Amino acid sequence: MAQVTLRKIVKEYEGGVQAVKGIDLDIADHEFVVLVGPSGCGKSTTLRMIAGLEEITSGDIAIGGALVNDIPPRDRDIAMVFQNYALYPHMTVYDNMAFGLMLRKFDKGEIRRRVENAARILDIGMLLDRKPKALSGGQRQRVAMGRAIVRDPKVFLFDEPLSNLDAKLRVQMRTEIKKVHQTVKTTTVYVTHDQIEAMTLADRVVVMNHGVIEQVGPPQELYHHPATKFVAGFIGSPAMNFIPVRLEQGGAALNLELPGGIVLPVPADRTRRYTPHIGRELLFGLRPEHLTEVRPNDHRENMAVFEAVPEVVEPMGMETLLHFWMEGAEICARIDPATPAEPGRGLPLAADMNQMHLIDPKTDRVL
Amino acid sequence: MSATTATVGGGIARKVGSLHRERRWALVTAYISLVFSAIIMLAPPFYMLITSLKTSAEIADQKGNPWIVRNPTLMNYWELMTDKLFQGFFINSVIVTVIVVVLTMVISVLAAFALARMRFFGSQVLATGVFLTYLVPDTLLFIPLYQIVGGLGLLNSIWGLVLVYPTLTVPFCTWIMIGYFASIPKELDEAALIDGANWMQMLTKIFIPVALPGIIAATIFAFTVSWAAFVYPTAFVTTPDQMPLTIGVVSQLVRGDTFAWGQIMAGALLAALPPVIVYAFLMDYYIAGLTAGATKG
Ligand SMILES: Nc1ncnc2c1ncn2[C@@H]1O[C@H](COP(=O)(O)OP(=O)(O)OP(=O)(O)O)[C@@H](O)[C@H]1O
Ligand SMILES: [Mg+2]
Repeated sequence: MAQVTLRKIVKEYEGGVQAVKGIDLDIADHEFVVLVGPSGCGKSTTLRMIAGLEEITSGDIAIGGALVNDIPPRDRDIAMVFQNYALYPHMTVYDNMAFGLMLRKFDKGEIRRRVENAARILDIGMLLDRKPKALSGGQRQRVAMGRAIVRDPKVFLFDEPLSNLDAKLRVQMRTEIKKVHQTVKTTTVYVTHDQIEAMTLADRVVVMNHGVIEQVGPPQELYHHPATKFVAGFIGSPAMNFIPVRLEQGGAALNLELPGGIVLPVPADRTRRYTPHIGRELLFGLRPEHLTEVRPNDHRENMAVFEAVPEVVEPMGMETLLHFWMEGAEICARIDPATPAEPGRGLPLAADMNQMHLIDPKTDRVL
Repeated sequence: MSATTATVGGGIARKVGSLHRERRWALVTAYISLVFSAIIMLAPPFYMLITSLKTSAEIADQKGNPWIVRNPTLMNYWELMTDKLFQGFFINSVIVTVIVVVLTMVISVLAAFALARMRFFGSQVLATGVFLTYLVPDTLLFIPLYQIVGGLGLLNSIWGLVLVYPTLTVPFCTWIMIGYFASIPKELDEAALIDGANWMQMLTKIFIPVALPGIIAATIFAFTVSWAAFVYPTAFVTTPDQMPLTIGVVSQLVRGDTFAWGQIMAGALLAALPPVIVYAFLMDYYIAGLTAGATKG
């Protein structure tokens, strides 16, 4: 087991495409780190550079303190689980898992012990004699993980291992992966484009966009304190609302002037932070879950109430989503399903201003 | 097809019935054309078989239906099989074919693996070039090849044939194998690389077993080509002791203007037997869809 260090990693493909543009990342021993971001942001490329499947254009990668830039994959002591599992079709499940150990000249008894141990952890003991084509998707996924576990490598690398599974199985295998990590504690780098997977699995989430790291942090921190507009919009579902506003002084406090003449007060504890930006056009960010129906006897502070006319009402069961437009900005609110709401009829909404974010539209950074 | 059960109803049943009729017509047409082509394909071998079972006198006899044998005899076969010359042809064919098939498969599997997987400068051009060489017919190549084989002192020798047959077999087999190797998902090599395999282990432990159907197809092709080669041995071999079956049968069984038709037919049928056996035997091992299950699907 080991820590992984990336220093100024750049990957330029032939033809000049810069897939990764100089990223720095420190992954601690035993840590579960998830790389997340939209399609094409360079997640897989980064992972494959750690694996040694892709050469790095410049920068340094160290695993367990040793520089591995020029070390082939087989000598990096890593194991990888692929999106399409990449099981050897002509080998039984047992041989699939034993293959790496056989190539490394482990003795028969040790191989058997390790394979059986992994099979027990993953609950695939009864499948050991089958060929991959006789397995279901979830079972193949387990075998692919078993192949990684038996090697007892320094680092596990996962590239979207669950995206070929149906929704229900995905949730189940997600828990499984978490359980396995808690058992074997191997340092793990996990790539996904699914932010829910990232949030539930990770000790720390790395949000990537266009080949750069936008922010690194524990899931809760990314949720509550996004550093950039991209992270604010990417983490959380439905996505955060962004409304153009002007920040104005209103007596001792600050106010947000929304389009349509709505004025929302800024909580007093933010005054110091926002004062330098008075008079500027900014982006006001508020998650749908912080824009709710007005609750009687709500004694929370800094709740701002305004009237909105929903154009679309989406009942989801445990909540109802309202969509309305405010000077071109689409706003989503999450209300209690018991609240009567119908398209075209105005209702009062409460914005929890304690959860507000202000974004500088010039730099896209959260103030 | 539950079309028959649906004929009980009204409007819908007519529709289903017409579907059923369409399907039956398609089947009938398919069967007619299959039977027709089967007859055309099988008529010559059948005629050969009939003729090979006749005595020379019966063959020469103008009376009677030539498609029927009146006094069947295995004499033609017996005479051939006890003929030292014919045995020699057979052994020559076996030696040449076995060596050529082994050579071909070693060369083309290695070449295809390199061309399909190791990206190096010019690998694409080379892969296309390999196929283009296959398009040059042997009737054109035997003239320059005669010079080369002669220069090497291998004219009138089965070793000259062992040298030139691969020019027919290697390009096509390489092409087949490139196709098969290219269809193996890239992740499979990457998984093997991470598991600790070197290139040679990747080839022997992953690629060859996974591409076994392709290897069998290529082997059958190489076998057929070298067993049935005609132009090169005609051009390069002159004495009976070095002749393979294909030219041995026609050159030695036609003496002057006497055609030993019964023996020629028997010889041709005996020559055709090994490919038939090989096909039948290898087809059992031709397990299609071996790659199913490598990835999701
Ligand atoms: N072999 C290659 N040659 C050239 N460009 C490539 C190659 N592989 C990837 N790219 C480019 O590099 C960028 C990053 O690709 P990468 O596969 O890392 O994305 P990703 O974040 O994993 O996306 P996804 O979620 O779709 O898997 C993309 O713009 C892609 O087009
Ligand atoms: Mg990817």
